[in-house]
Amino acid sequence: MRAVLSAAAAGLLVLLSFAADAQETRRFTDSAGRDVQVPLRVGRVYAAGPPASVLVFAVAPDKLIGWTSPFRAAERPFVPERYAALPALGRLTGRGNTANVEAVLAARPDVIIDYGSISPTYVSLANRVQEQAGIPYILIDGSFGAMTKALELVGDLVGEPARARALIEYTEETLARVDASKPSPPPRVYYARGPNGLQTGLDGSINVESIARIGAVNVAAEALGRGGLVQVSMEQVLAWDPDVIVTIDPNFHAGVWHDPLWQGVSAVRARRVYLSPAVPFGWVDFPPSINRLIGLRWLSWVLRPEGAPADAADQVRDFFTRFYHRTPSDAQIASLLRGSGLPR
Amino acid sequence: MKKGSARVVEVVVPLALLLAMVVGAFAVGKYPLDWRDVCWLFWAKLTGTPHGFPPSFETVVFGIRGPRIAGALLIGAALAAAGAAYQGLFRNPLVSPDILGVSSGAALGAVLGIFLSLPVAAIQGLAFVFGLGAVALVYLIGSSVRGHDPVLVLVLAGVVLGTLFGSCVALLKYLADPYNQLPAITFWLLGSLAGANGGDIRAGVLPMLIGLVPLYLLRWRMNVMSLGDEEAQALGVSTRRTRLVVVAAATLMTSAAVAMAGVVGWIGLLIPHVARLIAGPDFTRMLPVAMIVGAAFLLGVDTLARTMTGMEIPLGVLTAFVGTPVFIWLLAAARRSWT
Repeated sequence: MRAVLSAAAAGLLVLLSFAADAQETRRFTDSAGRDVQVPLRVGRVYAAGPPASVLVFAVAPDKLIGWTSPFRAAERPFVPERYAALPALGRLTGRGNTANVEAVLAARPDVIIDYGSISPTYVSLANRVQEQAGIPYILIDGSFGAMTKALELVGDLVGEPARARALIEYTEETLARVDASKPSPPPRVYYARGPNGLQTGLDGSINVESIARIGAVNVAAEALGRGGLVQVSMEQVLAWDPDVIVTIDPNFHAGVWHDPLWQGVSAVRARRVYLSPAVPFGWVDFPPSINRLIGLRWLSWVLRPEGAPADAADQVRDFFTRFYHRTPSDAQIASLLRGSGLPR
Repeated sequence: MKKGSARVVEVVVPLALLLAMVVGAFAVGKYPLDWRDVCWLFWAKLTGTPHGFPPSFETVVFGIRGPRIAGALLIGAALAAAGAAYQGLFRNPLVSPDILGVSSGAALGAVLGIFLSLPVAAIQGLAFVFGLGAVALVYLIGSSVRGHDPVLVLVLAGVVLGTLFGSCVALLKYLADPYNQLPAITFWLLGSLAGANGGDIRAGVLPMLIGLVPLYLLRWRMNVMSLGDEEAQALGVSTRRTRLVVVAAATLMTSAAVAMAGVVGWIGLLIPHVARLIAGPDFTRMLPVAMIVGAAFLLGVDTLARTMTGMEIPLGVLTAFVGTPVFIWLLAAARRSWT
């Protein structure tokens, strides 16, 4: 049985290598320190999860062979139609696989890229898929500090170093600007999730990395330390009494102004509750990829006393053009920035 | 005389304990409030005098702690009463209010609401309606199948549809957006009163009372029902009608409870046993005790859930953590016979 399977796999590999116009390979060292043989010219990339999709899409959209989930109606107009129409192949990362390895093989990728945390779990998963499918599987460190390195690695891997260079420069400029305008004293921010706004992220969860990065204090992390997503009580939020609330939930944002309980929170009384734009990709946390760069600029604008610059909407438009390859219209920008606290 | 004093011990002592717990629950919380200030606030509110505290004090005591305490009392009492009624009705000590699929139906409704990104009120409404609908469906199937023991068919239909709803929840979790919706679904399914407000209580109190009254009125018939269908019929009780009323009442209460606080297990299954240890198997005496003990238990657990750490501890987790050792102790300490 095993022999038959491996013979079949070998046969498939031969076919695939013919189809992919059998090329030479080179050695590529990924973020986990794995040495992987990759084709010299990479033409087709399967991104194993949503973070990787955004990363590859920004650097080399024409080499992305599909998304992990289909675009929703609200997200679709923000990327060029030819990319939005790419098939949904499912995700192949550790938690909750939705991809079928055969379907991934059928899409004939030259490499599989995964962008996220590097842990023994993900390394072993990468090795398993690589062995089973015979396709090089590259792991890229998704931590915030390694963002420019990730762009560089992808640019090198897919043969788009110039595109990657431009995005790295944008990233470095963003980080420099954010560092230069760190709010002082640091505002105390509560990050609200879930329909009633009572879920939040602790220190070390990717959900709140942006808040810490721009120099604000996350009230939940200050009080509860490290951890992931947790539920807190209304009373606890009142006790923290944050200056600013950042949320990703539009229902919560719409309801918080009328909820008598939330009127006890300084941020609500000062009307400083900001809704993160969410299309085509979120600005604060999800997916945890380079889409968070524009979120960094946004957060540093709304959290500093002097507010957003006059050209904030233009900067947003510029980011979308650079990373998502389509310049949004004025109407799109206006709908995108609703509730975000930026002038539209 | 002896019987009378036993009843006093059964009802008055737990009731006094419950009252003390309510006072204690009002005095503790994450918002720094001195218990004397809380007392003063109540006094000022009762007499209508100005209290001179910042408005946030009033919000914390009457807008947050008040509804939470009321919610815990209501849900604890309702789940315990529903569980006691079902254990008698199905003549099985391992039955909980979920047996006819109400919790899994309500969970499916809520998860669907989160999946569709609806506002909180709509999520709760969907949970309530799906809980009712699930049991209605089970009852319909149970009563349309003839030629078997009607109770057995009902329970089997409940179990089968319950697993179907469970699979639907799993499917929605699989399809949900993993960064935003999935955590919200997970938190909801664990059960919590963290978001309870006055509106929730106002919406939930009516179905719970509507459910509770018939159970109380039918308490004698419930004793007869626990003898079995044939014996009950021989004693002149319409088993079909009684069963329908009890199922409807318990479903109303459980649906409202799950809509308000998510899925809170343990209480409906085990509090009736605690009540039986205290009051014996007579339903007329056991029901009030079960309600008081259920209310006190959930109030105690919820107070722990909101005060132990800055983050909330899910009720679905804490009920078992607190309840299991207490239950085992009771089991070992009790000398009274079981059923």
